[in-house]
Amino acid sequence: MTKVRIPPTLREQTGGERELAAEGDTVRDLLDDLMGRFPALQEQLVEDGDLAPFVNVYVEGEDVRTLDGLETEVRPGSTVILLPAMAGGT
Amino acid sequence: MPTYRELLQQVRTEISEVDAPRARELVDAGEPVIVDVREQDEWDEGHIPGAVHIPRGHLESRIERTAPDPSRPVLVYCSAGNRSAFAAKTLEELGYEDVVSLEGGFTDWKRNGFPVELQAGLEASQRARYSRHLLIPEVGEQGQLKLLDSRVMLVGAGGLGSPASLYLAAAGVGRIGIVDADVVDESNLQRQIVHSTERLGEPKVESAKRTIEALNPDVQVVTYQERLTSENVERILADGWDVIVDGADNFPTRYLVNDASVWHDIPVVHGSIYRFEGQVTVFKPGAGPCYRCLFPTPPPPELAPSCAEGGVLGVLPGVIGSLQANEALKLALGIGEPLVGRLLLFDALSAEFNEVKLRRDPDCPVCGEHPTITDYIDYVEFCAGTRETA
Repeated sequence: MTKVRIPPTLREQTGGERELAAEGDTVRDLLDDLMGRFPALQEQLVEDGDLAPFVNVYVEGEDVRTLDGLETEVRPGSTVILLPAMAGGT
Repeated sequence: MPTYRELLQQVRTEISEVDAPRARELVDAGEPVIVDVREQDEWDEGHIPGAVHIPRGHLESRIERTAPDPSRPVLVYCSAGNRSAFAAKTLEELGYEDVVSLEGGFTDWKRNGFPVELQAGLEASQRARYSRHLLIPEVGEQGQLKLLDSRVMLVGAGGLGSPASLYLAAAGVGRIGIVDADVVDESNLQRQIVHSTERLGEPKVESAKRTIEALNPDVQVVTYQERLTSENVERILADGWDVIVDGADNFPTRYLVNDASVWHDIPVVHGSIYRFEGQVTVFKPGAGPCYRCLFPTPPPPELAPSCAEGGVLGVLPGVIGSLQANEALKLALGIGEPLVGRLLLFDALSAEFNEVKLRRDPDCPVCGEHPTITDYIDYVEFCAGTRETA
């Protein structure tokens, strides 16, 4: 089980939780687990079967796009952060 | 007990003196360490090029830092050659082997028409205002002069721009540009601390200018009461800016600022906020990724609520905007490790900072190896979500 940080812009889709536990050995597994439970996350995270270009996923501080993408392995206890773009400044 | 005059006569027989033409030869040959022992106000009015300023009262305690090698020749001078005679005597007593005092002092040097360096030093009131900066070795007088000479442009005089502009102004950043088309609204005052109740309805750039000028008259504020667009960005950047602090409230402006900064090679201190969370990073062209490396495309508008729609804790922009000011000051001073290639995340609820690594995308359409976007685009359309999916 891995803890996934949910950014404030995605909390409406996850019942307000700031952190969710998810099952899986890869980023894809984790996201599938989360999207299974919170279907509204789907359009926020996925585009054409891949990670949407406006959202980044970090495992241990590294962008998974620079690792193995959705196939990047995660271990129990890994820190996973979902980060969609946000523009607010005022 | 000898009189001052007798003591001076005595000391002058014990030290070596050179006249101005001989001193000039020594200076031109680059041999001696040149030490000016006059007071600050005298130094400010001009000194021998290459000289180090150590007021007579600090000579014993500071000379070792300036001239660690006692065998290296030292040329010491004051205004007329009297204080420097005593200084030369002291230096000999400290073990300096080859010390000469300039006879006739800086007055004679100038009378001979020899070169004088006039440094734009700090004025007495500035010395007081920035005293806490002057005490930090990494800033000091040179750093403070750098800040006074630096030019920072703020995109947005709102939540992030408020604390950022106040701290940059207080720190003595010499020129601050502010781009914002809005007027002060009651709903701004919960967090936009550069404005105030009496400024309601006033253009934000004018309100910010008044607050900043009241805080620090050293700062020149350049206002642009307009929204940054592809049409005006070149004109605004032509005014010359060293750093951009991005506190915009929308994606089109974020992408526009990014592209312009890459093409003009200006670092951007990026900050964004939403509800309880904020992000800060520095996009420094050539040294790290740009905004498009981080987010190649914006989210569809319906998936990206703004603070106006989702709300923001009032103090959050205070934290993030202050961090942006911190990064901007480091960039202006050339000190520390700016947040290049690192995105700092702040969660106000848990009071936690997290950091993730950002990498350059070699295929980035703007800063990559083979850029495909080389001129301004229609940013509003770009961010309107023309993709078929999503």
